[in-house]
Amino acid sequence: MTTPLLDAPLLDATGLVKRFGALLANDHVDLRVMPGEAHALLGENGAGKSTLVKMLYGLLQPEAGHIAWEGRPIHLPEPRAARALGIGMVFQHFSLFDNLTVAENVALALDAAEPVPRIAARLAEVSRAYGLPLEPAREVWRLSVGERQRIEIVRCLMQDPRLLILDEPTSVLTPQEAEGLFATLDRIRAEGRAVLYISHKLEEVRRLCETATILRHGRVVARTDPRTETAASLARMMVGSEVAALRHAAAPPEGPVRLSVRGLSVAPDDPHGVGLKDISLDLRRGEVLGIAGVAGNGQEALFAALSGEVLAPRAEQIILDGAAVGRADINARRRKGAAFVPEERLGHAAAPRLTLSDNALVSGHAASGMVRHGLLDRGRMLGWVDAVTRAFDVRKGPRDPEARALSGGNLQKFVVGREVLRKPGLLVVSQPTWGVDAGAAGLIRQALLDLARAGSAVLVISQDLDELLEMADRIAVLFHGTLSPAEPVAGLTREAIGLRMGGAA
Amino acid sequence: MTLFEAILLTVITASTPLLIAAIGELVVERSGVLNLGVEGMMIMGAAVGIAAAITTGSSAFGVLAAVLAGMAMAALFALLTLGLATNQVAVGLALAIFGLGLSGVVGAPFVGVQREGIGAIAIPYLSDIPFIGPVLFAQDPFVYAAFALVAGVSWFLFRTRAGLVLRACGENHASAHALGHHVLRVRFLAVLFGGACAGLAGAYLSLVYTPFWTSGMTAGRGWIALAIVVFASWLPWRAAVGAYLFGGVTILQLHAQSAGVPLPTQLLAAMPYLITILVLVLVMRLRGGGAGPAALGQPFVPDR
Amino acid sequence: MRRLVLERRAETPWALTLASPLLAVGLTLVSAVLVFLAMGRDPLEALFVYFIMPVSDAWGLQEVAVKATPLVLIAVGLALCYRSNNWNIGAEGQFLMGAMAGGWLAVATHGTGAGAWLLPAMLVMGALGGALFALIPALLKTRFGANEILTSLMLVYVAELLLDWLVRGPWRDPQGFNMPQTVVFAPEATIPLLMEGGRLNLGTPIMLLVVVLAALLVARTLKGFEITLVGEAPRAARFAGFDAKRLTWTVFAIAGGLAGLAGVLEAAGTVRMLQPGLSPGYGFTAIIVAFLGRLNPVGCLVAGVFLAITFIGGENAQIMMQMPLDVTRVFQGLLLFYVLGCDTLLLYRVRWVRRAEA
Repeated sequence: MTTPLLDAPLLDATGLVKRFGALLANDHVDLRVMPGEAHALLGENGAGKSTLVKMLYGLLQPEAGHIAWEGRPIHLPEPRAARALGIGMVFQHFSLFDNLTVAENVALALDAAEPVPRIAARLAEVSRAYGLPLEPAREVWRLSVGERQRIEIVRCLMQDPRLLILDEPTSVLTPQEAEGLFATLDRIRAEGRAVLYISHKLEEVRRLCETATILRHGRVVARTDPRTETAASLARMMVGSEVAALRHAAAPPEGPVRLSVRGLSVAPDDPHGVGLKDISLDLRRGEVLGIAGVAGNGQEALFAALSGEVLAPRAEQIILDGAAVGRADINARRRKGAAFVPEERLGHAAAPRLTLSDNALVSGHAASGMVRHGLLDRGRMLGWVDAVTRAFDVRKGPRDPEARALSGGNLQKFVVGREVLRKPGLLVVSQPTWGVDAGAAGLIRQALLDLARAGSAVLVISQDLDELLEMADRIAVLFHGTLSPAEPVAGLTREAIGLRMGGAA
Repeated sequence: MTLFEAILLTVITASTPLLIAAIGELVVERSGVLNLGVEGMMIMGAAVGIAAAITTGSSAFGVLAAVLAGMAMAALFALLTLGLATNQVAVGLALAIFGLGLSGVVGAPFVGVQREGIGAIAIPYLSDIPFIGPVLFAQDPFVYAAFALVAGVSWFLFRTRAGLVLRACGENHASAHALGHHVLRVRFLAVLFGGACAGLAGAYLSLVYTPFWTSGMTAGRGWIALAIVVFASWLPWRAAVGAYLFGGVTILQLHAQSAGVPLPTQLLAAMPYLITILVLVLVMRLRGGGAGPAALGQPFVPDR
Repeated sequence: MRRLVLERRAETPWALTLASPLLAVGLTLVSAVLVFLAMGRDPLEALFVYFIMPVSDAWGLQEVAVKATPLVLIAVGLALCYRSNNWNIGAEGQFLMGAMAGGWLAVATHGTGAGAWLLPAMLVMGALGGALFALIPALLKTRFGANEILTSLMLVYVAELLLDWLVRGPWRDPQGFNMPQTVVFAPEATIPLLMEGGRLNLGTPIMLLVVVLAALLVARTLKGFEITLVGEAPRAARFAGFDAKRLTWTVFAIAGGLAGLAGVLEAAGTVRMLQPGLSPGYGFTAIIVAFLGRLNPVGCLVAGVFLAITFIGGENAQIMMQMPLDVTRVFQGLLLFYVLGCDTLLLYRVRWVRRAEA
């Protein structure tokens, strides 16, 4: 690795610019990856990491700048061209087809027209060689998340890539599955292949990579060797300023139980989904309960059952402030003082093409006095928008824009604020800060904590373990539709939670 | 030829336009596009087909013109739904209305002109097989084309790489795009194929089935073809079963009418439509929900 | 090389919401000129006959209102359906069913000298008949998941055949020289004219009232919000606690009821009997009206008037220029294409960009 010839970069991108409407997603970004190197691309959500790698894979076209491969300038009009050079990519949101088989999914990513049976044979071979077991004839919807990622990796490896790009590969894995992935990556690197590893998880990057390029707001702000940095120093480079620590109360609350769930089982609503099995939990006044778990382990079913979007089999399975509400619909529960924030901002919490005042009505029509005798009180709806805007610092142009006009963070502040402002006795919130900038995330978490300290009960469903460790008084883990007993945060380690997230304890 | 053979023969003729149009739409829907305008493309095929055949005196030209007319209509649909990402349901409806109107204008000069239909071609030796021979192998060329379409589309969808890509576009266009497949190009070609099939089915109506032009002569067959695709669970061979089933119902009610069954002729004439509704309900009940392509009807706009 | 690129808009300027249907109408007029030229006609004369003559005198204006009445009534109902993603395209059948249900009373009481109760009862029967007929696809959709587009359309053929059977069989006018039609409705079963000697009847004010009520429903009530939300974001509607299945029933019933009302108004007002050609395709043209009116009740009123003009213009052109009636349907189809195409302008910004070169 010391010969001067090999010191030439494998991939050298200079001055890449990409714009989406008014947003400058990449602003003259430079990136240099050496042969055989494990290179981290670090940055917050929205820093421009995915945009950059999509340009390197030929999925997006840069508006300015150059890309060189082994010193030669190249043009990547489409992914086929990138693959021909030896660039492979594992997507964050898998580019898989649920109703097709594993072998068919692999065939779709290969450029040579090879009959599917022959691909199946080669697939078995490669997956054995790298310790990534896969059954070629199985349909993808039958597979776990970890197995799905294996398909993505195997189909890249079948093309013998020189550079493997992985976009947030561990965001959907348990810590143990992530360890398996790291072992695979070590083996891939041992073969002299370079890895471009996109993440915002600092410990992973420190463990895996010898170079890091850090992006913030579409610009490169630093290049460094992550092994010589601390997690805190990397975080500072990523975020730009110290993130304010949350004001956390010392003693876990001992108030009366506000929400009690007993033996709740719900069948999944589609054959590919995960239901709930015998869930029980208690949530006290003043408490924040965290529900940890990897995506796809029943979070959606739990939110639907607690909110009343799907009714429980029996009324007494869900008790809210002493009343059996299992058979009551979402609006009846709202009238009893409950409020809910679903995971998906656009489409579930808010209708994209409706104004904020209309969106205030979505959850407010049942219990906020915006409707009288079936008639809308537009003044009150607008007043609600103004109140949320003030209390949660929602940044927007006009007074009442369409929901889709807001940035992710501002819309999230709006849909959380819309519920918090009602001072609900119970707030169930799913993924409160997913894909939100650090400032908005801090504000939202603080608002949830303040709400709990003022006497509400707050249930947070989140895949972000750090967030739960920061906010929750107790944490329970959801795995395959079953919920572990909630334990005080003080007595828990990341490893213990990680094992439960993988179903091991 | 026995009466039973004769009935089977007419069933196959009545089913052929349904089958050809349904197979075309099946490919379109497999690529993730819902084109409700089959009726409009089909009737344009019928009108342009007979107009070209009468003008040039050649049935072959008529068929070719019909196919091109169907494709032109499909291209219009594709321009709006793929190029401009417009609501596919609404554009499909517009295509049906537009086709019914335009075919009336095109066909107006040819109302009442009778011409010789395209005759049957008996396949040597095969047509001599007792019973099967006359029913299956002494038919007009369209019937053979329909058989070939079922086999060909089945092979294409499930045995070729291009077919796999087409199915992938219909399952998840975002993933197909991420892998570098040209979703809009694939869908455009699929829509064109659907238009060609609908045009061919229309030509069959005006050149073979009832060899003259009447306004609105498709009589809802395009819509029934759409129902057949649902009935078939998007599988070509099941579409054949569905088409022959519907053709059978049509012929049976015609025979019932002529045999003087003591029911109003209007009730018998309504049978194909009522059966369509019944079948749609039964299929959903038995299958317990949609098994269609996951991205069916959703517009795709690539980021660039 | 240059290519077309769609960029998602963050916000739709309200001026575009108005401009896009106007642009569509303009493009249709341009296309009409091309069609007339292709047919070897003088485009100016043809445009005059089609679009100006129908509104150039009082008689013509009345005629426009008479034609617009069923179109707008049906379109308002369809707009509510389409707003909530319920694709009812069987309004033609619901129209005929309403005409039959109301017409049945007129036929059954013919010659009995029934009192003033008859007419209101006919209107109620008509609305009820249309609504019940529309509930069939709604039921099949919510109970079995059967596609409402196909079922509602199939029922159009069924309704047409039923009407055909009735007027040739049980309800045929015995003194009608074997013509397939019922008796001419008695005066007490006829919608009163607004002015003696004119063409306008009570149907038009009823239509205007329906437009006002529907506009209020959409803009000012929780039910109207529910209709919009279910169509815009079904999951958000579930989050709001709205029952999409019940709403499907509601909007199908309203749309069927209005189409049925339009049917009985047409049968008992303009035509004064039942006959197979009762509707010149009002139920299908109303689909265009609904989209051209931006699925907004007041918009439907404007769009309905415009399409009524093309209907009459088409008839004029047939008489005066020997143009086939189907030319009107071609224009209507083109108009719908343009309306839908222009809608893209609302959601996306369309740009021509140079393809990136190496």
